[in-house]
Amino acid sequence: MTPAAAPAALAPRQDLRTANLLIGLAVALTLFIVVVPLAYIFWRALSEGFAVFAQNIMAPDTLHAIWLTTVVAVITLPINLVIGISAAWLIARFTFPGRKLLLTIIELPFSISPIIAGVCYLLLYGRQGLLGPALAAGDIKILFALPGIVLVTLFVTSPFVAREVLPLMQAQGSEQEQAALTLGASGWQVFRRVTLPNIRWALLYGAVLATARAVGEFGAVSVVSGAIRGQTNTLPLQIELLFNDLNIVGAFAAASTLTLIALVVLVLKTVIEGRTR
Amino acid sequence: MSVAAVIEAPTRRQKRVLPGFGLTMGLTLTYVGIIVLLPVIALVLKGAEIGPLRFWEIVTAPRTLAALRLTITAAALATAFNALYGLLMAWVLVRYRFPGRRLLDAMMDIPFALPTAVAGLALTALFSENGWYGAILAPAGISVVYTIWGVAIAMAFTSIPFVVRTVQPILEDLDASQEEAARTLGATPFQIFSRVIFPAILPAYLIGTTIAFARSLGEFGAVIFIAGNLPMKTEVASLLAVIRLEEYDYNGAAAIALTLVAIALVLLALSNWLQAQLTRRRVPA
Repeated sequence: MTPAAAPAALAPRQDLRTANLLIGLAVALTLFIVVVPLAYIFWRALSEGFAVFAQNIMAPDTLHAIWLTTVVAVITLPINLVIGISAAWLIARFTFPGRKLLLTIIELPFSISPIIAGVCYLLLYGRQGLLGPALAAGDIKILFALPGIVLVTLFVTSPFVAREVLPLMQAQGSEQEQAALTLGASGWQVFRRVTLPNIRWALLYGAVLATARAVGEFGAVSVVSGAIRGQTNTLPLQIELLFNDLNIVGAFAAASTLTLIALVVLVLKTVIEGRTR
Repeated sequence: MSVAAVIEAPTRRQKRVLPGFGLTMGLTLTYVGIIVLLPVIALVLKGAEIGPLRFWEIVTAPRTLAALRLTITAAALATAFNALYGLLMAWVLVRYRFPGRRLLDAMMDIPFALPTAVAGLALTALFSENGWYGAILAPAGISVVYTIWGVAIAMAFTSIPFVVRTVQPILEDLDASQEEAARTLGATPFQIFSRVIFPAILPAYLIGTTIAFARSLGEFGAVIFIAGNLPMKTEVASLLAVIRLEEYDYNGAAAIALTLVAIALVLLALSNWLQAQLTRRRVPA
């Protein structure tokens, strides 16, 4: 992220007025479209005082939404970690027919809009969907319940870990792992002592991004959750519900907790980037 | 598994020295099959079931067309803004050194980090008549909330990082000697930018704008707060797909969803093609 000497060498010759104008414009625009909206969230959340803010957060439905969002994040994280490592190991370490196709499919959720993902899930598990009749016969409830929310969240978050870990594994090569194997280490030992330490920051990075997305996902979840008050409402859906109820301060209180999480994620991201470079 | 696998592996499969092929292959294929492929297949099958004639009827129905037109126009507006703003930000962040640069750089990640519903809520409140921006714009007769401008602003916000983050690394790696040469030959700063720098960053720039456009087309969370979602007026295509689902019109939902997926895949192919051009150009150098 920090470029070498090139810009410094160019800078003095450039028209200083143009430079100042462009910097000023960049700062002003960013202030208007990024910083002010960010600050506004906290300002509105606290606009009626901290007591009201706390009351809004502690409202039973909002508390339940926070709980549900946490549950979804806790379930999806380990799955994403295991599958992300597995996919990265498979693609980085072995050549096999269909390898490129597999990579394309793994990254597919990034090019399908989350709302369309939700539609796909409904067409699969819905009453008139592909598996709908079978599920109804077995009395298995996936949609408008926790399993549906978890599944669709897994869809939208599935590429994150693999995408961070894979390039690193490819760049590092497998010499160390092969050496360990030659020295008599078992597959599991190689993974724990060689592979895992080598990829740990990329893994953490991917985990942070995936979890942030799991917590904040709106479109995909909104289709499959049914948004049942106090039951299948995640925190982002709760924001919409409060907004539609015209409880704007309550909506901003809920939004501010997600914003705080987003800011923590950004700090973590910066710290991890500092570690890996 | 450990001891047996190590002893067995070399005799059974000479080529594969590293362990875990079967395990990771099985795990990855099963998972990707269930989580990613199966739902997409459900959509494609549903689409195939509709038949081309009915499909065409759904997609060209006035309400669908209006939704598609609004979505594409607003996404184009948002992308036009981000093409300019993103280029400006990439340029300023790479070429100049000033206090607060790192903070400004970090700000570029906010739109990705912030959940879209939060962005939608904040923008709607800011631009509504009693919000900070709306209070200034309303007396001038400009309304943003519940108009195409609101949709475009929400799309623009959520796709801010794409252009910046694709152009930035290319601009950083740019070879300074060409610029020096142009300067020695008497080129003005504008000429240097348009003849030397811009052609070099163009593929990355196009990739960034293409992805930003694709993302804007699919944006939902931020948009539905600010759009007001009036049929024929401010209803985006993805919302119409959801409305059709809620009406149990699965065919309608599938047709609209497939149309959006098709557009997204075309844009993805375009950006991949640009990426191939980019790497081909960079390899000989």
